[in-house]
Amino acid sequence: MIKIRNLYKNFDKLEVLRGVNLEIEPSEKVVIIGPSGSGKSTMLRCMNLLEKPTSGEIIFKDQVINHGNIDINKVRENMGMVFQQFNLFSNLNVLENLTLAPVMRHRLSKDEAETKAMELLKRIGLPEKVKNYPNQLSGGQQQRIAIARALMMDPDLLLFDEPTSALDPEMVGEVLELMTELAEAGMTMAVVTHEMGFARQVANRILFIDEGQIVEESYDPNDFFDNPQEERTQQFLSKIL
Amino acid sequence: MTVSLQAIVDFIHNNFIKDDYWKYLANGFSITLQVTFFAFLIGFALGIFLAIIRVACKDLSPSWKTPSGFLINLLSKISNIYITIIRGTPTTVQLLIMFNVILVNLHNLKIVAILTFGLNSAAYMAEIFRSGIQAVSPGEVEAARSLGLSYMQTMSKIVMPQAFRNCLPAFGNEVITLFKETSISGFIGLVDLTRGAGILISKTFRAAPPYFASAMIYLIVVLILERIFHALERRVTHD
Repeated sequence: MIKIRNLYKNFDKLEVLRGVNLEIEPSEKVVIIGPSGSGKSTMLRCMNLLEKPTSGEIIFKDQVINHGNIDINKVRENMGMVFQQFNLFSNLNVLENLTLAPVMRHRLSKDEAETKAMELLKRIGLPEKVKNYPNQLSGGQQQRIAIARALMMDPDLLLFDEPTSALDPEMVGEVLELMTELAEAGMTMAVVTHEMGFARQVANRILFIDEGQIVEESYDPNDFFDNPQEERTQQFLSKIL
Repeated sequence: MTVSLQAIVDFIHNNFIKDDYWKYLANGFSITLQVTFFAFLIGFALGIFLAIIRVACKDLSPSWKTPSGFLINLLSKISNIYITIIRGTPTTVQLLIMFNVILVNLHNLKIVAILTFGLNSAAYMAEIFRSGIQAVSPGEVEAARSLGLSYMQTMSKIVMPQAFRNCLPAFGNEVITLFKETSISGFIGLVDLTRGAGILISKTFRAAPPYFASAMIYLIVVLILERIFHALERRVTHD
């Protein structure tokens, strides 16, 4: 689905990513953990080119997307992203938030988009919020709608950048529940998170990133948490678990 | 001291009614409104254009080597210089330069004033729009781009509507400033409300009534404009 080859990213003189290689297959749920400043969010943001890689290649569906003559908007249509701060469009109501992209990008007609939006809102349990504006919703509701907004484009891959970090504790559950549902439905997901319970339950692969490199990788989440191999992983896990 | 009704009627008659004196104020007011309105249109359109050019140049940081990049960079540089000059010199001097130098062959005073105030206001409106654009959450812009919307689609559907809302209060102030600033139109001989009051004084030899009357007219219009902008602000915020 997506391949990262020898990815480097510098912010001026600061080296944030130092040679990351990763391949995510369809239907995988990859959870990325690591200390703050380790580069995990930057790696995710490089995947849809919200950050431009300094060097290396991002290959999405067999196409190198970070150089050459690529319509990046077309690529992004197939790669949804969910943000820590939700980032719903504050000038649009819930329905408009959901229908804007599919209509503007000519994926769906206005009617089709509205029908689909209502279906998704029912699925996430918020059909009565259709005419509300983002500032009238709780954080958990906003994030569920942000996920629905990404789903409107039928993405092949969903990127989650710390989707529960800005939520009040009692709202974390409802968002994780929705993400778990998506995972079970077969969505390909890359999730940067500090929710270790979610990682254990949902991930088929765990990546531990530190200082801009993948330090440890495991296809067995329980084993990863119970028997981390690398010293840096052990130190990190001992601090947060 | 008692003021009889007759004294008030006489006062109004001698200062405003006699010989159609009021027409100096009325015609002047009409000119003031026209100049303000058309200058506003120019300022608004050019202001948005200048703001978008500068923001786009900063956002996209295009290369000087491509034709479109060259154009954006060049326009942005010109915008910066333009805004610096306009904001750094008195409006009165700008008006005199326009009248005596740049538009010396244009004999329609009203158009000279409209162009001067419009070009002047554009510089201020550009700064207001720019700060309004930059106050839009970068996260929302990223969200729009992550869904596949182009830069232009993001600007038109997400950034500009919010920028407009952000800068309504400052924008209202600028319109009021523009309206009051047209009172220097007399410098080039255009008979606006203020100059109309001056001419009226030269007929009646009484300074206070025409000046206070014109001040009152300015004040009433400003109060109306404030009302309009407050109503607009209320309409665009949804809580």
